[in-house]
Amino acid sequence: MPEVRRLLPESTCRSDPASPARFTERGWDRAMERALSMDPDEIIADVKASGIKGRGGAAFPTGVKWESVKKALGDMRYVVMNADESELGTFKDRALLQQDPLGALVGVLIAAHAVDAQKAYCYIRGEYRQAEGRLKDALGTLRQLGWVGPNGVDIEIRRGAGAYIAGEETALLNSIEGKRAEPRVKPPFPTNQGLWGRPTLIQNVETLANVAVLLAHDVNWFKEYGSSDTSGTKLIGLSGHVRRPGVYEVPFGYPLANLLNDSDLGGGVAGSQRLGAILIGGAAGTFLSSDEINDSVLDYASLARYGANIGSGALMVFDDTVDLRWVLRKLARFFSDESCGQCVPCRIGTRRVLELIEHGGLTTRQDDLRELSQAMRDASICGLGQTAPVALLSLLDRPDLIQG
Amino acid sequence: MGLTAVFGSGAGTSSYEDFHRTAFILLVGSNAAEAHPIIFHHIMKGVKNGAEMVVVDPRQTLTTKKAHEHVRIAVGSDIALVNAMAHVIIRDGLYHKEFVEHATEGFEAFAESVSTWTAERASLVTGIAADRIESLARRYAAAPTCMIAWTLGITEHHNAVDNVRGLINLALLCGNVGRSGSGLNPLRGQNNVQGGGDMGALPGRLPGFQDITDPDVRHKFEAAWGTLISKVPGYDQTQMFHAMEENRLKGLFVIGENPVQSDANSRLVRRLLSDLDALVVQDIFMTPTAELADVVFPAFVSFAESEGTYTNSERRVQRVKAARKAPGEARDDLWILASLARSMGHDWPILGAQALFDEMRRLTINFRGITYERMEKLRGMQWPVYDENHPGSSVLHERLWQSDPGPKAPFAVVDWEPPVEGLSSEYPFLLTTGRRLAFFNTGVQSNVYDHPHKIGEWMELHPKDAMDLGIQDGEIIAVESKRGRVQVPAYYSEAVSPGTVFMSLHFPDEVTTNDLTIDATDPQSGTAEFKAAAVRLSRLDEAAGKEA
Amino acid sequence: MHDQLRLTIDGVNVTVPQGSTVKDAIEATNQSVPTLCWHENLEPANACRACVVELKGSRVLVASCSRAAEDGMEIQTTTERVLNSRKLVAELLMSTSNADLAFDLQHLAEITGANPGRFSGGATWERPLQDDNSLYVRDMAKCILCYRCVQACGEDAQNTFAISVAGRGFEAHIDAGFGRELPESDCVYCGNCVAVCPTGALIGKTEWNLRQEGRWNEEGLTRTDTICSYCGVGCALTLHVLDNRIVKVTSPADHPVTHGMLCVKGRYGYEFAQVEGE
Repeated sequence: MPEVRRLLPESTCRSDPASPARFTERGWDRAMERALSMDPDEIIADVKASGIKGRGGAAFPTGVKWESVKKALGDMRYVVMNADESELGTFKDRALLQQDPLGALVGVLIAAHAVDAQKAYCYIRGEYRQAEGRLKDALGTLRQLGWVGPNGVDIEIRRGAGAYIAGEETALLNSIEGKRAEPRVKPPFPTNQGLWGRPTLIQNVETLANVAVLLAHDVNWFKEYGSSDTSGTKLIGLSGHVRRPGVYEVPFGYPLANLLNDSDLGGGVAGSQRLGAILIGGAAGTFLSSDEINDSVLDYASLARYGANIGSGALMVFDDTVDLRWVLRKLARFFSDESCGQCVPCRIGTRRVLELIEHGGLTTRQDDLRELSQAMRDASICGLGQTAPVALLSLLDRPDLIQG
Repeated sequence: MGLTAVFGSGAGTSSYEDFHRTAFILLVGSNAAEAHPIIFHHIMKGVKNGAEMVVVDPRQTLTTKKAHEHVRIAVGSDIALVNAMAHVIIRDGLYHKEFVEHATEGFEAFAESVSTWTAERASLVTGIAADRIESLARRYAAAPTCMIAWTLGITEHHNAVDNVRGLINLALLCGNVGRSGSGLNPLRGQNNVQGGGDMGALPGRLPGFQDITDPDVRHKFEAAWGTLISKVPGYDQTQMFHAMEENRLKGLFVIGENPVQSDANSRLVRRLLSDLDALVVQDIFMTPTAELADVVFPAFVSFAESEGTYTNSERRVQRVKAARKAPGEARDDLWILASLARSMGHDWPILGAQALFDEMRRLTINFRGITYERMEKLRGMQWPVYDENHPGSSVLHERLWQSDPGPKAPFAVVDWEPPVEGLSSEYPFLLTTGRRLAFFNTGVQSNVYDHPHKIGEWMELHPKDAMDLGIQDGEIIAVESKRGRVQVPAYYSEAVSPGTVFMSLHFPDEVTTNDLTIDATDPQSGTAEFKAAAVRLSRLDEAAGKEA
Repeated sequence: MHDQLRLTIDGVNVTVPQGSTVKDAIEATNQSVPTLCWHENLEPANACRACVVELKGSRVLVASCSRAAEDGMEIQTTTERVLNSRKLVAELLMSTSNADLAFDLQHLAEITGANPGRFSGGATWERPLQDDNSLYVRDMAKCILCYRCVQACGEDAQNTFAISVAGRGFEAHIDAGFGRELPESDCVYCGNCVAVCPTGALIGKTEWNLRQEGRWNEEGLTRTDTICSYCGVGCALTLHVLDNRIVKVTSPADHPVTHGMLCVKGRYGYEFAQVEGE
């Protein structure tokens, strides 16, 4: 099956990605006019009916989230686009923002209309200077066309300063408020008390782009792709030992093996050309063996059978010569470096995991590693600490993947 | 003084906790963050809970930095500001008409008196833009509750009582007294200023603010004490100094005060004390005042070596207890007083603090329900406490909101007068004084511990003025007023406005700031105008040149 | 609106008023909840995770100190997951910080059966003593990063904001801004950070010196509550006296004026009371 082009523009699209011409070419004028002609509740109903789930990793039903923000009490509401893409092996939002920045922004405007927000922020990863430039240009275009500005929703771009943790939604809110990017304890959830204590809708770039394409068409059109559980398409960041690494848009339900091997997708395993394992879901993801890969499709239920998750759509491929203990050490160092330091299980736990792995603990200290991992999963404040040991546990559970 | 005249008792009307639940906090002449840091915690809790905070102060301080608005006012022009605020509020009909009608008197005359105090007129006096005065007045009036607090920036002026009355007028206009989250609060500078007043350490008062000129009051105390009480109020401090000057007062007993360093125009004070026939000083240190004494009684350190009570700025009467033994021949204050009386032929028993307190509470109404046991259990009690079942009073004057408001609270017609000492070409700078966070008054207590910021006294001088005079940052300069001359290092600071300089009184052994200050006092309260003296500044070589 | 909330704690029904935390509800059943970072006069920092419990329906454990109690909650406080997390918190901190004066941490280790040596041998918080002023010293090798000092310096009391957490992960630490010494920072020496520190990482200079000299004697200390002699706020002081000398000043945490907080004069300005023999 050829790659789908919905969120990403068709390769025939030649206009400047941030230009008014592109705005019309992609149908965003249609999306905006349709959205503004609809009652906010109708939009929310459509988003619910479409089955869109959050694409940042948590896969929370988008329409349900919008409804809670709209119902929450507050004199002011905010929409925040989370473009602080920092997960290892994840680069799909960068591709999206560079290739079609207007789509995500249109999603922001539709969301703001639906939840009655007056102000929106785009929080973009500090290293994404090129994407930020595109986003700025696109914002300029929307202003010029009168969709953003004094009479409508105001959108402001905020640049992150290089911390993985700032992508965690509540840490991101703290960062926008000018505070140290530390996660907040939930509840209260941002939908009720977010930016400056006001109800706030936070969505990943890709989720918002999905909303834009939905409104440019309709629910039936949207559901033409996808599985019975999950409609629509997903952007996948394919990296490692594949012939054609890159960002691909594929429908939910697509077989993982095909994703790796189709000639217009991964194009097959590179390196030794023999598949060793994949890490799905980023640094906090799960190692899958080739048998598990062959038995799975790109969908939440299918992967859950092996304790795995699509996460942000990162798929790292390792041939059979890679020592996964080495990979694990890299991941452990990443978490140890990127823990914000707020809570004990994560701050000290990530360091001890790294030390244990560096000193052969994968074989000699398995019980200690498991107990430590369990405490990190159970007692850390935020998703970073809670998921930091996931890859480690997945490897402990798959001793065949560890060589020697 | 102002509060007593309007409400019958001279005390803050609210509790610190009222700052937590108010909508508006107006601090006038108060640097609470440095002078009353723990009250400032309560204030900031209110800000966190959503209150707007406005600070009126000529100088930038740690307090003004936390305010939503810092109203930078010319020294000594507070009445112009509050009269103009009242003008705007009355002109626009924003005042609390039911409250004014029900609980106050003298509104018409007051309204008439502020009718000419337009924001534009006040702007010329205060240096605050007219639209800011208008906006402040409207925000103040719109706030459902307001806590007004002030410190020595209001009371250390020759017109101190008028300043306070001006603030009371503002509160009465909008009903900001006698209820939760609203009140008038003088933040007391010394630990037991309130307690001293409570206990009758005022010329015309007996314990519980009872009026000495009232025969019933006198008879009650005469019966209890078995002695006659003069119906003529005694002298306040200012009157004492006048009496000394006129040789009508020849002996003085000073207990725990250091007027040689703490009072304005210290050179005059030193001369008057030296000329006395007899000076007795009771203190914990050989202060410069004690050095002048004929007899010195060494006393216990009150908070750590003796028993008793203090009353704080929210009328909380609290127990003070001995934690260590006093050294040498030092004696408890009560023992010294009683022994002195006995050696003068009076049969005073030597009572403990608790016995004395119990006697006092029998003779007053406000303290009657406060026992040592209850204070211990409840962490102090806020007077009035009418009986031993009464819980204490977190807010005063709630009667003003009840169907029978009792005596009505009077508005006062107060007019602005400039500071006594005007600036001239000879003395072109305004010296204002105040406290610094780590230090206290004349430094008797605070200069003993080793604070990292202790660098002695310095002057805050605006860089523009410094450049004009060719003064380097940190240069030691001469400061002269009509009364004296000191040398002090001057540091550049934009906390003061050009034309104004700031010094503290904390290091009198090195820099006797009070040689400069003016002993012009308020005729009603006796407080001196520490906040405004005219001075000139000069570089030392120039000063030397002039003298030569 | 219900003004009473009904919960079950380890199967026991309990009713608490609206506004209570899960910790309050647990304590209402006469159980104690171990805490390190929680302090009665500070907003919960949620940092130590010693107070976590299992809440039915929640994927992860919840911090009972900050989680608002809700009607119908079912709480378990002694499950394997809860006990494992608490034990790990103690073991991780013991492997990192000097717990000599961290009495709450010692207690946590004791009740959870922690093995203090299990994760030792790796990186620690060993670092030089910061002795840069005459009022208190900072022995950050004892710090457990509970955030109490940051909150007391910030909006929960002092509003000075002189210190904050800097760095991240294992390198996160308390900093007075750009790594400055305290005298160069915004610190005003109120010592409220010292008052809330649960580990002795922040400790009065006098106490520190006496401990170094082996002269600090808990049994010989008397503690007397009195009132400060400086300004008119009326702060309650607890004078800690050893051999007739004031060696430390604190304030009762439940005092309505101070809530345990003082200013520099009240906390450190007592020496005048004991200069003698001049």
